[in-house]
Amino acid sequence: MTLHLLLTDILVWVLVLLFVLLGWRMGRSVQIRRTWHRIFRSKVAMASAVILLFYILFALLDSVHFRVDNANEKNALREGEIVSLLDLGMLHRKHYSERTYSAPFALREYTKSTVVDEQGRARQRYLPLCYVKDGDYIRQSVLGAGLGLLIALGFILVHWVWRRKREEETVLPWLSAYITFALLFMLFGCMYVMSFSYHVLGTDKVGGDVLYASLKSIRTGVLIGTLTTLVTLPLAVVLGVSAGYFRGWVDDVIQYLYTTLSSIPGVLLIAAGVLTMQVVMDQYADWFASTLERSDLRLLFLIVILGVTSWTSLCRMVRAETLRIAKMDYVTAARAFGVGKMRIMLRHIVPNLMHIILISVALDFSGLVLAEAVLSYVGVGVDPTMYSWGNMINQARLEMAREPMVWWSLFASFIFMFILVLAANLFSDRVQHVLDPRNVS
Amino acid sequence: MNRLLHVNGLRLETAGKTVLHDVSFTIGRGEIFALVGESGSGKSLTSLAIMRLLPQAVRVTGGEIVLEDVPLFRLTEAQMQKVRGKRISMIFQEPMSALNPVMTIGEQVAEALRLHFDLEESEVRRRVVALFEEVALPNASARYSWYPHQLSGGQKQRVMIAMALACEPDLLIADEPTTALDVTVQAQVLELLKKICQNRELSILFITHDLTVVSQMADRIAVMKEGHIVETADTAHFFSAPSHPYTQRLLRDALGITPKPKEHRDETLLEVEDLKVHFRVKKGLFKRATESVKAVDGVSLKIARGTTLALVGESGSGKSTLAQAILSLVPVTKGHIHYRGHDITRLSEKERKPYRQKMQVIFQDPFSALDPRMRIGEIIKEGMESLEAGPRNKAQQRACIETLLQRVELDPSYIDRYPHELSGGQRQRIGIARALAVDPELIICDEPTSALDVSVRAQILALLKRLQQETGVSYLFITHDLSIVPAIADSVAVMQAGRVVEAGETERVLLSPTHPYTRTLLAAAPKLPIFHTKEKP
Amino acid sequence: MFAYIIRRVLYAIPILIGVNLITFMLFFMLNSPDDMARAQLGAKQTTPAMITAWKAEKGYDKPLFYNEKALGIEKVTDTLFVQESLKLFAFDFGRSDANRDIGREIRERMGPSLSIALPTFLIALVTNISLALLLVLFRGSMLDLSMMVAAVMIMSVSGLFYIILGQVLFSKLWHWVPISGYAHGWEGVKFILLPVFIGVFAGLGSGVRWYRAIFLEQINQDYVRTARAKGLSEIRVLFTHVLRNGMLPILTGVVVIIPSLFMGSLIMESFFGIPGLGSYTIDAINAQDFAIVKAMVFLGSVLYIVGLILTDISYTLFDPRVTL
Repeated sequence: MTLHLLLTDILVWVLVLLFVLLGWRMGRSVQIRRTWHRIFRSKVAMASAVILLFYILFALLDSVHFRVDNANEKNALREGEIVSLLDLGMLHRKHYSERTYSAPFALREYTKSTVVDEQGRARQRYLPLCYVKDGDYIRQSVLGAGLGLLIALGFILVHWVWRRKREEETVLPWLSAYITFALLFMLFGCMYVMSFSYHVLGTDKVGGDVLYASLKSIRTGVLIGTLTTLVTLPLAVVLGVSAGYFRGWVDDVIQYLYTTLSSIPGVLLIAAGVLTMQVVMDQYADWFASTLERSDLRLLFLIVILGVTSWTSLCRMVRAETLRIAKMDYVTAARAFGVGKMRIMLRHIVPNLMHIILISVALDFSGLVLAEAVLSYVGVGVDPTMYSWGNMINQARLEMAREPMVWWSLFASFIFMFILVLAANLFSDRVQHVLDPRNVS
Repeated sequence: MNRLLHVNGLRLETAGKTVLHDVSFTIGRGEIFALVGESGSGKSLTSLAIMRLLPQAVRVTGGEIVLEDVPLFRLTEAQMQKVRGKRISMIFQEPMSALNPVMTIGEQVAEALRLHFDLEESEVRRRVVALFEEVALPNASARYSWYPHQLSGGQKQRVMIAMALACEPDLLIADEPTTALDVTVQAQVLELLKKICQNRELSILFITHDLTVVSQMADRIAVMKEGHIVETADTAHFFSAPSHPYTQRLLRDALGITPKPKEHRDETLLEVEDLKVHFRVKKGLFKRATESVKAVDGVSLKIARGTTLALVGESGSGKSTLAQAILSLVPVTKGHIHYRGHDITRLSEKERKPYRQKMQVIFQDPFSALDPRMRIGEIIKEGMESLEAGPRNKAQQRACIETLLQRVELDPSYIDRYPHELSGGQRQRIGIARALAVDPELIICDEPTSALDVSVRAQILALLKRLQQETGVSYLFITHDLSIVPAIADSVAVMQAGRVVEAGETERVLLSPTHPYTRTLLAAAPKLPIFHTKEKP
Repeated sequence: MFAYIIRRVLYAIPILIGVNLITFMLFFMLNSPDDMARAQLGAKQTTPAMITAWKAEKGYDKPLFYNEKALGIEKVTDTLFVQESLKLFAFDFGRSDANRDIGREIRERMGPSLSIALPTFLIALVTNISLALLLVLFRGSMLDLSMMVAAVMIMSVSGLFYIILGQVLFSKLWHWVPISGYAHGWEGVKFILLPVFIGVFAGLGSGVRWYRAIFLEQINQDYVRTARAKGLSEIRVLFTHVLRNGMLPILTGVVVIIPSLFMGSLIMESFFGIPGLGSYTIDAINAQDFAIVKAMVFLGSVLYIVGLILTDISYTLFDPRVTL
């Protein structure tokens, strides 16, 4: 196997690198460290951050792709296939799919099929599933949870020792972080161990494992939520700061630009963008070696389109705040020292905008995850072949109309999305509470 | 004396910290009782406790407040609502924000009347107009349906007073009622309050940081410091023989210290010649037609080396715009600025750089003057780097900044601190150190002391004076406060509506003013009794 | 005031030109006159000559932005862009791929869209504001706290789940209301109950939080302290002072979307089979009918700009400090 990074993979790792660099740079400032301390002093924030990190971990595991060089019978990997680290861990559910729907933990299919028995008569029967083993539920779940707990405790111990060594006097509620961490590991351990014997969350129409689909959807959601900011931030900050600082015609042009963009209904603008992109991609179909790369490029375009259409509100806020900061005496003082405009913007204005930017990034994340679902429903979201919660819900809509109902796809996507968005909302609430200057007193 | 309000052993606590320690005082009927203290001394909390309007985070942990014979803390909230506005009413420091911006002023006064009395609509209106007339609001009946933003600051404060008087209360709490107002307006409002107090036999609890105001207004005075009342005395006795050391220091600081020894130098550093700064306001359908606001309208000034020129004026007189124009931070419409004979009015940013080093500025608000994201060291270093002043070498630079900090009487260890860790006075010193860092010949001080407490103000003024003696720097000292002028300035220029109406040597202008506006300003400025006698030749 | 409105309307023109420019560029990339001709003439046997003839007939043979052959001002005006834009400015949307008059379709579908969007908007506004006032009155209490937690939870669920869940519970299991459909007049009430309820509920979390934040910001203002010092009870402070001042930020957020109510809701209408503009748009997107999408983009922008102007006007009514 050789490393084969997709375009979005590269961007994700660039983003990770940027975050690490930024964190390292900002970590040197006592003031910023103190702000983060204040954010994490809340137990809820600590727990949500752990959950968010857990999701991000899955997204990152799913963002290291390999190309299979030679087929391997045992693992059912085909040559030329591109798989991620997550796939490698879930191979037992990636390739061995059933025929059709089956309920969670079921041993046979959900609906009867017509089979011809030995006597040659056609009969309606529930067919058994091919890739499940009946076993001891309790033993397996305890085993899985125990394994998860053990691994979690290992990490926690390392972290605790490290903290002791640094002798850092912190008031942070590490305990709630540890508990969340251990619970997540136990839950996942439990599901993972059982996934070898059962379809823990059932199977979908074509017999695909729903747990696997839900886990694969994490990457899509997290990428849309994070990478989009990579597009919006530079646009919004550069344009907003220039409009607010230079005023005059620069301001007029930028204001015109964002008023025009924001006057077009968002979904329609995105739809128009996506339709355009589809046409272009259809014309150059030979660009893509595989459907995976094709859907990946579509994801990337979607992210760019989302970014280009959603920078306006942040830009407006940045402009207003820049106007305010530019009137501050410390900016006047810098001007009296003959400090250049560029330098004033970089040293005095942008650092003092950080709270707005952070709040907006935190707020946008959950909005974008939710938007993906709606856009995929409308048909202008990610590629229909891509694993995403939006596509799962889209499918589920028809499944709910069936008799009896097929509820588990909807349930799985609901739970996975809800936990992520809730954690993101709670965390961004805390960020906003701490950073908003109006809450200082 | 007939006792109206008795505060006994009041103790307040917030977040486990006691902020008010056993505060006790009594206010008699028809008496003006002043509570004096610097910011954070607990005087406003005391007044809010009387109204039972304390912020949620503050708890009463002891003591009682008795109005006549009603213990206020034992009343239910509904009963207390009948006390507020009816028996005790209150006016606040900021008339701009204390009135509801979307309600007419008449309605806001009428609301209180309707709440506490059962009156006919026409009677309510008649009373409101009568109240407006009593507080000398011009054209009272027409003003009924005006909104707060249509009034000036002084007029808004009159509306607040009318509202407070509406239900004929026994006690009026005035929390720094004139601090946000110009000197001339302040004098009028104080006059009004005093008159009302006499006419209505009203008691006033007057809360202020300004001893000069107190000396004119109060019958009795209590001085607060860090949640304690340190001294209570009759006004006359208080000013002649203060007993507590804190009070003595406060008085000394408020006195404006000794007049500045005269400096006489002929070498002109800065000369401003018929300077005009007009701002254009766009108007009309296509925003084409423009109208200009004449912020500075033909000002001429001269500052000699090593001297101080005080530029005095009320808010909106254009004194800050003039300062910005001299620093070339706003474009000059007409006129010239000469520095040591060189015309520096219209230079490119590059040509200006050497002059930027010669002229520096100190600001009024110590909180917005320093970038909150930068360390003190970085703040001071910024100018040195931009103007290439001082040493280039990092270690030497640091040493240089540490020396600067010592020169402004701060600990050199502050170099690695952030502005929010410092007090207002300390920040102002950083502002001075920042200006000094590039070795300027002229520092423009834009109201550097008006946001500070009295004792801190005295220290900053002393520091500025000492630095002038050491370095021979000149100051253009902008202020609205005439009382500090003799302490700092060699000459004075009085500004009104964009023009200098009178200029000359300090002694001459202050003692024998020729322009009527200067006389009004001088008459309005509250003075301490002692100051008054000393200053007379 | 009058001059102001005229100025704002004039200012809207360059914005609409900008909108047109964006859509024009996007859609001609998607669907050039050549593509249109091929689609209209049948993809198989079209010769270049037939395409040219078709384009000439429809007036699509002009250059996009700059006509070198024309004279004077016509160099700019005798182009596809100007031509197409002028049609839109006259609200002439042309015909859809199914050869229907788009303008007429839009007029017909506005009613159904409004019948969902307007009640949802009004009920949500009243519910959110009253709940927010209640929470502000009991701020810091257990009620406040638990409602805030509930609000975050409500916010964290995708609207799609509410719709699917609502349909399953109220229609499929309990048979209270029909699962989807539409009828005119009073007959139609039963069809709009569920979408309106779901629309209100889905917006409850973010709505209540937003209004609560607005009111909480007002409650710390100095004028509220003045009102309390007058002896006003907390409830009267809230209703006479806080609510009226809170109206200003609320107006900014609310008035601007009122005209856009005509556009309907994409998701709601398509789930509930409402023949409104939302489902019209979604069908057009799925069928890649660009003429309709273009028309909707233009209409949406016009309505948004009308919303902006209305916001400014409503400000002059509620805020005495603003005069135009």
